[in-house]
Amino acid sequence: MSAAARLARDVWARPESRAGLALVLMLLAAAVFTPHFADLEWRDGRLFGAMIDILRNGAPVVLLSVGMTLVIAAGGIDLSVGSLMALGGAVAALLITTAGWPAPAAALAGIAVAGVAGAVNGLMVSWVGLQPIVATLVMLVAARGAGQALAADQKVRFSGGVIEDLARGAWLGLPMPVYVAGAAALIAAGAVRWTLLGPALHAAGENPRAARLCGIRVRGVWMLTYITSGVLAGVAGLIAAGDIGEADTANCGLYLELDAILAVVIGGTSLTGGRAILAGSVLGALLMQTLTVMLQMNGVPSEQALVVKAVVVLAVAVARSPGAAEGWRRFRARRGVPRVEEAPS
Amino acid sequence: MSALFEARGLSKSFPGVRALSRVDFELRPGEVHALMGQNGAGKSTLVRIITGAERADGGEMLLAGAGYSPGSVHEAQLAGVAAVHQEVGLIPRLSVAENLLLGRLPRKWHGIDWRAARARAREMLAPFGLDIDVARPLAEFPVAVRQLATIARAIARDCRVLVLDEPTSSLHGRGVATLFGVVRGLRARGVAIVFITHFLDQVHVISDRITILRNGERVGTWEAGSLSRVELVSQMLGRTLVAAPMADRAAAEGGQRCDSVLRIRGLARAGVLAPLDLEVGRGEVVGFAGLLGSGRTEAAELIIGVRNRGAGTVEVHGRPVPAGSPRAAIDAGLGLCPEDRQADGIIPGLSVADNITLVARRGLARWGFVSRRAERALARRLAGELGVKAANLDVPMRTLSGGNQQKALLARWLANAPEVLILDEPMRGVDVGGKAEIERQIAGLARAGMGVVLISGEIDEIARRSDRAVVFRDRRAVGVIARDGLTEDALVRAMAGGEGGRE
Repeated sequence: MSAAARLARDVWARPESRAGLALVLMLLAAAVFTPHFADLEWRDGRLFGAMIDILRNGAPVVLLSVGMTLVIAAGGIDLSVGSLMALGGAVAALLITTAGWPAPAAALAGIAVAGVAGAVNGLMVSWVGLQPIVATLVMLVAARGAGQALAADQKVRFSGGVIEDLARGAWLGLPMPVYVAGAAALIAAGAVRWTLLGPALHAAGENPRAARLCGIRVRGVWMLTYITSGVLAGVAGLIAAGDIGEADTANCGLYLELDAILAVVIGGTSLTGGRAILAGSVLGALLMQTLTVMLQMNGVPSEQALVVKAVVVLAVAVARSPGAAEGWRRFRARRGVPRVEEAPS
Repeated sequence: MSALFEARGLSKSFPGVRALSRVDFELRPGEVHALMGQNGAGKSTLVRIITGAERADGGEMLLAGAGYSPGSVHEAQLAGVAAVHQEVGLIPRLSVAENLLLGRLPRKWHGIDWRAARARAREMLAPFGLDIDVARPLAEFPVAVRQLATIARAIARDCRVLVLDEPTSSLHGRGVATLFGVVRGLRARGVAIVFITHFLDQVHVISDRITILRNGERVGTWEAGSLSRVELVSQMLGRTLVAAPMADRAAAEGGQRCDSVLRIRGLARAGVLAPLDLEVGRGEVVGFAGLLGSGRTEAAELIIGVRNRGAGTVEVHGRPVPAGSPRAAIDAGLGLCPEDRQADGIIPGLSVADNITLVARRGLARWGFVSRRAERALARRLAGELGVKAANLDVPMRTLSGGNQQKALLARWLANAPEVLILDEPMRGVDVGGKAEIERQIAGLARAGMGVVLISGEIDEIARRSDRAVVFRDRRAVGVIARDGLTEDALVRAMAGGEGGRE
């Protein structure tokens, strides 16, 4: 086998490769079927185009999916992130409009509130012993409810300097949200790779009993993941609110927890806990966003768009399922390709 | 007396293991027949074949003289053969009555006749002396009640052969007496009862005959009265009792009791372990001997803090170790390499290298950051020292064979260089070469000054490798055998205890 072939095989063996391939295929399909999809334009010192929109509008889901990856790797799930976006945005907007706080302080307060809600999720799971799906489902209802109550069920219009800059500004030609989401993903990936966190996360997710016996504070790890998920949801909420200049507690982040979970699934992180594949999740989130933008640009009504999204996610999930792997092995065996020894999964 | 059930030459193999090898087994009507053997002796395989959960590869079975080869548990039940496993087959949220009568609830024209169901359930429980509200969910009752309910359900069917697999493991004094009363009643009705337990005290109290299995073969069947407890244990272990002189343990290795590293006082937890006192010195290997369920593993779990201790103190170098925190115990210099590799040891999807450094990496970290290079070097060094065979150290742990997983787990603890390392069954599932390697490692560690607690059900391992042995029986440390008297013979006698039952 040549060096290039070996490199190709090693790259293909990486879990995020499938998500990357799916994204590339999706981008190619979009470029073929959508007029002007691949166009990029330089105007007012920044880039414009469909692909820039994907990066910019996909930033909140990327943020959520980064947090979600950590939570899922540690064996949990966080259904509350969409609602925490709404809550964080509402708190920041209200502090600016009614309490007259300066925008930076209000922004930090919004993020902090979402982080505290994440900590409550963590406490419920780690110390009370609720199932993650139950604890965070309760938070999903509670956080959006609290946000709507605080905002008296109104959309809160605000003009917040920093928050607006964060959502609509640009630097070196690229929109700010891209940097925010990119930084979050890089920091999380770095922490998983180079700090004590990575294996601890994996161990706590896959075998908490063994992890505890190895001196890993499993509950602490769980707490950390839910707090991180909450904080990132808060940041995503600020971007969403700053983008339109108002905090819309009824609709902000609605169903985005599902997009984030799907992004993680596409990315290859096991829903039963284990290795955190952050690059895969980011690619998965961008795939979802590409699909959304492509359907919009082709004039597909949003209610039909959901169905198409579901089909794509299903296809990716089936493609990486054990059943499909077995089918592929049989197909190759029938064609006389020698069977490769593979690790049982 | 003619046999009610007869099995001839039963064999069963699983990939890589011969679980049963030409085993004969016979049950008479109206007898309690104890089936004894160590872990892996083949008891559960035999029971699974008898009760239709598994098919034998070879051999035949007769029930009441007719050919019998059940294809499923249900078929076996129809033929009158039933088994009671620990708490299996009950649905905690259903009421006691529903659980007892599931599938056989009495009907009226409009549905289930609840009044009749409750009456019937109360009748079923009466022989057990249980007068409880059968309309309440099963989950509200203590484990002992649930266990008795399982048995009540099994015997309510017309059963001729009843297998009781560890029925007393969660029962205490009165519950055991009640159960035995019911068993005697069944025996009087002509039911043949197979009784599996690891409580040696109970075997002679209830059984008429005893069959012993070892390594998938039948060692023999005895009338209970003709087999003393010491003989029973030595047959289970496969040791004949001759006073063997100390074999190959080199007498020169630091035998003098030097400063103790680990000091344990009154360590206990109700229902798990009676108070334990223990000291482990530098370079000393202390064996924990005992049969399965004797308390040897539970003692280790209390020391390390996976289970919270009810009472007592644990000190390392005079500093107390807080209760219930394995992390604190590890920081104090302890380590436990657990018995159940799959459940408590390996992280299956994590790489072999990361599995090895999982404990030690905390010590390698600076400000939470770990040098990947230092970590890799550590993993590579230990994998090499212990002879862990893997394609490379990046493959997931689950791809390794059992023996290599065990070596990697040992490497995990050695990487952290604890003061005292507790090894629970370190040699189980390891091939002969691996065993020798691990034994050599243990000796080397002790020479280097580490205290070692070696837990094993194999008495030759204990006798060969320890400087001192603590013997456990019935959740209690019943004796300490010093080095001079540490023979397999002495261990068997201590594990079996006195001839008369205690209590």
